[in-house]
Amino acid sequence: MLETLKAFFSFSDPSIVSVTLGAVLLSASSAVVGTFTFLKKKALVGDAVAHAVLPGICLAFLLAGNKNPLFLLLGAFITGWISLVLIDWITARSKIKEDTAIALILSVFFGIGILLLTRIQHMGNAAQTGLQSFLFGKAAALVGQDLLIFGIVAVLLLCTVALFFKELKLIAFDEAFAQATGLPVRGLNLLLTTLTVLAVVTGIQAVGVVLMAAMLITPAAAARFWTDSVLRMTFIAAFMGAFAGLAGAFVSYAAPSMPTGPWIVMIISIIALFSFFFAPQRGILYRQYQQRKLQRQIMEENVLKELYHLGEKDKGAHKGRTIDDLIKERYFPEKQLRTALLRLRQKGWVERQNGHWKFTEAGQQKGRRVVKLHRLWEAYLSTYLKIAPDHVHEDAETIEHIITPELEAELEHMLDFPERDPHQSKIPY
Amino acid sequence: MDAVYIITTASLFAISCSLLGCFLILRRMAMVGDAISHAVLPGIVIAFLISGSRDSMQMILGAALLGVFTTFLIEFFHKRARLQTDAAIGVTFTWLFALGVILISVYAGQVDLDQECVLYGEIAYVPIDLWIRDGGQIMGPRALYVSGLILLVNILFLSIAYRFLHLTTFDPAYAASIGISIALWNYLLMGAVSMTTVAAFDSVGAILVVALFVVPPATAYLLTDELKTMMGISVLISIGISVLGYYLAVAIDGSIAGAIVSVAGVGFALAFLFSPQNGVLRRKKGSKTASLTFF
Repeated sequence: MLETLKAFFSFSDPSIVSVTLGAVLLSASSAVVGTFTFLKKKALVGDAVAHAVLPGICLAFLLAGNKNPLFLLLGAFITGWISLVLIDWITARSKIKEDTAIALILSVFFGIGILLLTRIQHMGNAAQTGLQSFLFGKAAALVGQDLLIFGIVAVLLLCTVALFFKELKLIAFDEAFAQATGLPVRGLNLLLTTLTVLAVVTGIQAVGVVLMAAMLITPAAAARFWTDSVLRMTFIAAFMGAFAGLAGAFVSYAAPSMPTGPWIVMIISIIALFSFFFAPQRGILYRQYQQRKLQRQIMEENVLKELYHLGEKDKGAHKGRTIDDLIKERYFPEKQLRTALLRLRQKGWVERQNGHWKFTEAGQQKGRRVVKLHRLWEAYLSTYLKIAPDHVHEDAETIEHIITPELEAELEHMLDFPERDPHQSKIPY
Repeated sequence: MDAVYIITTASLFAISCSLLGCFLILRRMAMVGDAISHAVLPGIVIAFLISGSRDSMQMILGAALLGVFTTFLIEFFHKRARLQTDAAIGVTFTWLFALGVILISVYAGQVDLDQECVLYGEIAYVPIDLWIRDGGQIMGPRALYVSGLILLVNILFLSIAYRFLHLTTFDPAYAASIGISIALWNYLLMGAVSMTTVAAFDSVGAILVVALFVVPPATAYLLTDELKTMMGISVLISIGISVLGYYLAVAIDGSIAGAIVSVAGVGFALAFLFSPQNGVLRRKKGSKTASLTFF
């Protein structure tokens, strides 16, 4: 394994260099373009274009009679473009919805492509061999003239995106605003469409028709989990795409029977799945952790609040309470209540004396604050929003855990430190 | 006789697909259907490795489960990771499809599936693959029986599920309020879609089966506003494209499945342009009502 790795990265074999370069360039450029289609929520349109280039390639071959990459590229470009126009047209001019239009154009164009492809194969023309490599890609066989042309297109794509970065960003997020600032929105949309078609046309060289969608969508989807900045997202997507291209090239070097395209997609998908689960801030695990943390905090604050309520009732703020006392005041599942109390003790907010729980000084302050926020909010709702007193409790029950000290100060100020809440309970300061 | 076998098989599959497709496009799940048709590939390969053949009932059921799993995965990414739906679909199906293709190359010697066949199937072989009973009695093409059985299962499913699917499609809030589980019927529908995809896989492949799911119902949708009529028209279109597609393929010597889909595309284009109520060309003439229907 290590030997193969060494041999691969020494790049002593010139064909390794060209294959790797090709795979990296193609993957990175489609990832960059894909970032914008992703942000425009048009990710699947790339899938449609990828299928729609097949009839173009076949027609170009039928007309030219050979596999000149320039001709094939042109043919692919034309039908890819037509497919996008048709999707827009069908969606705009009939009651057919966008997803149906995409699926329809995708499968019909592909069907026509297959019909033409099988027809070409049955003609027995020797020049046609290898035409079906467009179906699954042939990244491992990219050499010479092909590589040069597709390399140039890939660089062209990257430069265009760099040049129009700001404008593309704007139409991805807010077309109406872009229009208002006087940007040529139609022209920019056209540019993005053209870039998408070009990215697809070159990208299917690497991974083939079906998996091309992954090259556009997956790096962008993965990159979205690591940042909120479009510039950084574009770079991360490009880097992930490039890495997958490199790794795919390595796999097909180490195991020549392995298909490069599907491996590139497999690797970029694994990166994406990893991002979905483990990315900070947006990943599934982080979200779950945050949710649990919030739930714990709410539980703890509720326990402190009920301790405070009990103290209010019999004027014994520092009296010890049993678990049963607390449950009688407000229902908690007993097990949860016990663990919450243990956590509170660890934090130094309650103490335990022979089976009775009571506040520490810090805990009492905390409980008092929650009660205060609850009652302040009730006062606010009834004073400013004129909500009946019997309707304000539920809302306050949730918001009391969320109000920040700044908001707290503002509420106090707006209501001018009210004495009592709408239920005539005293607001503790 | 071969022509009759092929056309009948194609029609039966097309009818199954388009009946389910009516609900797919009305629920705006056409691309989910597309995703499922790709994502069942690893299931097919794995079932093939385990059972050693590709027409066992276990295989159809196993791959159907994988289709349901795909639906679940898309929902999971959308809900739990807040990934936008289109991207969730795109990531999920390409990943599973890549896995399927890799599995095919790894077990190339043991799996009788080639990559091209996965994409567009080979319905021309239907008459060759005969079902021969233990006693040596020849019962006719096996795919014919499979397609018939699948259609029967689908009709049975839809006759039970029609009311529920209808409600959850058009008024999910009301359906939920009277205690109909939206998720359950959604997964059942997707299970039926996966099962049909797997069964039709040999004959029409992973991508062209999507055309059978989407194109006839979309064409019918342009011709009527009523669900039952739409299903009826879809059935007629399915038969029509199978017949015409077969003869087109024979005439120009190309893939039959490809030709069927191409004919379906032409049919859609005609409906799109000339449909009495919804056709683009018709609408221009009666411009007043046209603008009303347009917005």
